[in-house]
Amino acid sequence: MPAPNAAEHPVLETHGLTISFGGHVAVDGVSCAFHSGTLTAIVGPNGAGKTTYFNLISGQLRPTAGRVSLFGEDITMLPAPQRTRRGMGRAFQLTNLFPQLTVLENVRLAVQSHARMGLNLFSVWSGHVELIERAGHYLERTALADRRDMLASALPHGDQRKLEVAILLALEPDIFMFDEPTAGMSVDEVPVILELIHGIKQQQDKTVLLVEHKMDVVRSLADRIIVLHQGELVADGNPAEVIASPIVQQAYLGVAVEAA
Amino acid sequence: MSLVQRALSGDYPRSRVLAVALLLILVGLALAPFVFPGTRSLNVAAKVCVFILLVASYDLLLGYTGIVSFAHTMFFGIGAYGIAIAATKLGPTWGSLALGCVAALLCSVVLSLVIGLLSLRVKTIFFAMITLAVASFFSILASQLSDFTGGEDGLTFKLPVSLAPGTKLLETAVFGVEINGKVLSYYIVFFGALFLFLALLRIVNSPFGRVLQAIRENDFRAEAIGYRGVVYRSVANCLSALAATAAGILYAIWLRYAGPDTTLSLDIMIDILLMVVIGGMGTMYGAAIGATLFIIAQNYLQDLMKLGTDAAAGIPLLPNLIHPDRWLLWLGILFILSVYYFPTGIVGRLRGVK
Repeated sequence: MPAPNAAEHPVLETHGLTISFGGHVAVDGVSCAFHSGTLTAIVGPNGAGKTTYFNLISGQLRPTAGRVSLFGEDITMLPAPQRTRRGMGRAFQLTNLFPQLTVLENVRLAVQSHARMGLNLFSVWSGHVELIERAGHYLERTALADRRDMLASALPHGDQRKLEVAILLALEPDIFMFDEPTAGMSVDEVPVILELIHGIKQQQDKTVLLVEHKMDVVRSLADRIIVLHQGELVADGNPAEVIASPIVQQAYLGVAVEAA
Repeated sequence: MSLVQRALSGDYPRSRVLAVALLLILVGLALAPFVFPGTRSLNVAAKVCVFILLVASYDLLLGYTGIVSFAHTMFFGIGAYGIAIAATKLGPTWGSLALGCVAALLCSVVLSLVIGLLSLRVKTIFFAMITLAVASFFSILASQLSDFTGGEDGLTFKLPVSLAPGTKLLETAVFGVEINGKVLSYYIVFFGALFLFLALLRIVNSPFGRVLQAIRENDFRAEAIGYRGVVYRSVANCLSALAATAAGILYAIWLRYAGPDTTLSLDIMIDILLMVVIGGMGTMYGAAIGATLFIIAQNYLQDLMKLGTDAAAGIPLLPNLIHPDRWLLWLGILFILSVYYFPTGIVGRLRGVK
């Protein structure tokens, strides 16, 4: 099924987005629009530039050429924190937490950021009970509630991945960017995350971008698939078509499709 | 009890020994003019008050935000010189003191913001280098502008009459101690330092303080969840500079003197670093413990060693080893041992953190 409201203004758009490191062009002129109520999976072989494309969108990297626009506004030069404040949320591929803070505090910081309370200097943090309760709520949704007082660094890998997702949820973004959210998770942990992503995608005002290797995951969640190869966008369409297309079958997903 | 909770911003010592030690320090300093009325011991008590504040303000940067600055004594000096210059040029009135305070605080805000915005965007090592350069420049400036600052000799100045040691404020003595201008000065220092210490404790336990710790832990992720590192680092740097300036103001009020050796020297900068590390980085209480121990050791270790030398007279070698002239050697050994055995500082150790 193509994006249902493709005719409307896209929430997020990249125009000829390009970045090169030295001589190597990691992302090469990618133009793509993302609409709300749609989950777009971004697939491609390792080194195709998927994570780099994410970094350009969420502001960790500046492009060499091209533009990023959010809700029709050019945000190409905006640093990452401002993009987050405008409704972009990102979970990282390599777990990226506050290791020496508790699980609850990791999430509470995200809730606090969303509540724009960071520059509150003279109140005691623990007095803001509503922030703590909201953080607890997101821990429950990610099945981490019983680990709230552990240090993030002490969590097993699968739980760290879930915490990464809990932080993203706590930002309450309009655009959710998941970078291989289930990588390294045990089989029984994966459904929790998939169900969460599925729940987000049901909300018509949310936009989801998902980088994922597992084709079964992509097939069950995606409304649309784009394929990156050597930094270029080589296919874009509904899941059945893209997965079936010869270019994807042969060059990029051959192994994965067989495995699935 | 809720008053205590509010004063401590919910950040309890979380160790019985630590709580007792802090209470002893608080009571000892609060009653110092009555319990330790001697000139020297009262000097030490006032210095402890000032350094607790100074070290706590440094810990806001080093321990909580993870920024290394070498310009802390510069802000300390700005406070001291602010008062000294105002009192020398405008006369010993309360008005000129107030003007000196305001000018010093403004000067520190502007300087810390400029340094911060120029260098806190990039790697913190660059910030450390910049602060070192600016601080050196400032201390050269203070010794060269001798018309203004008294050069190497510094400035000795008079305070308003009610703060002068010769002024009797009460007809009758309290507990056998005459309440004079010196005692009043002491309490200005004590309450000023106490109030600002509690204010710093509040700041590190505020939503803002939690962001500082997040930035220290993982600044990349802190940015990704919407906190601009440069803004938070700059505000922390500015607050820390203001508190250091206030400490300088209090110190100058106590000494009625401001000079390069009491405020601006790099030796003091190193002392502050040692006090933070000994007490425990990232815990405001560590500043209190570290500053108290260090300053007492600095002032009384020599006396203790003199006693030891006299006692050990006749024994070969030993009297030489513990001769008062070797006090720095022993202080150094004490420091190395404390860092080795308490890598998280005394407070970290007492709270049972590995």
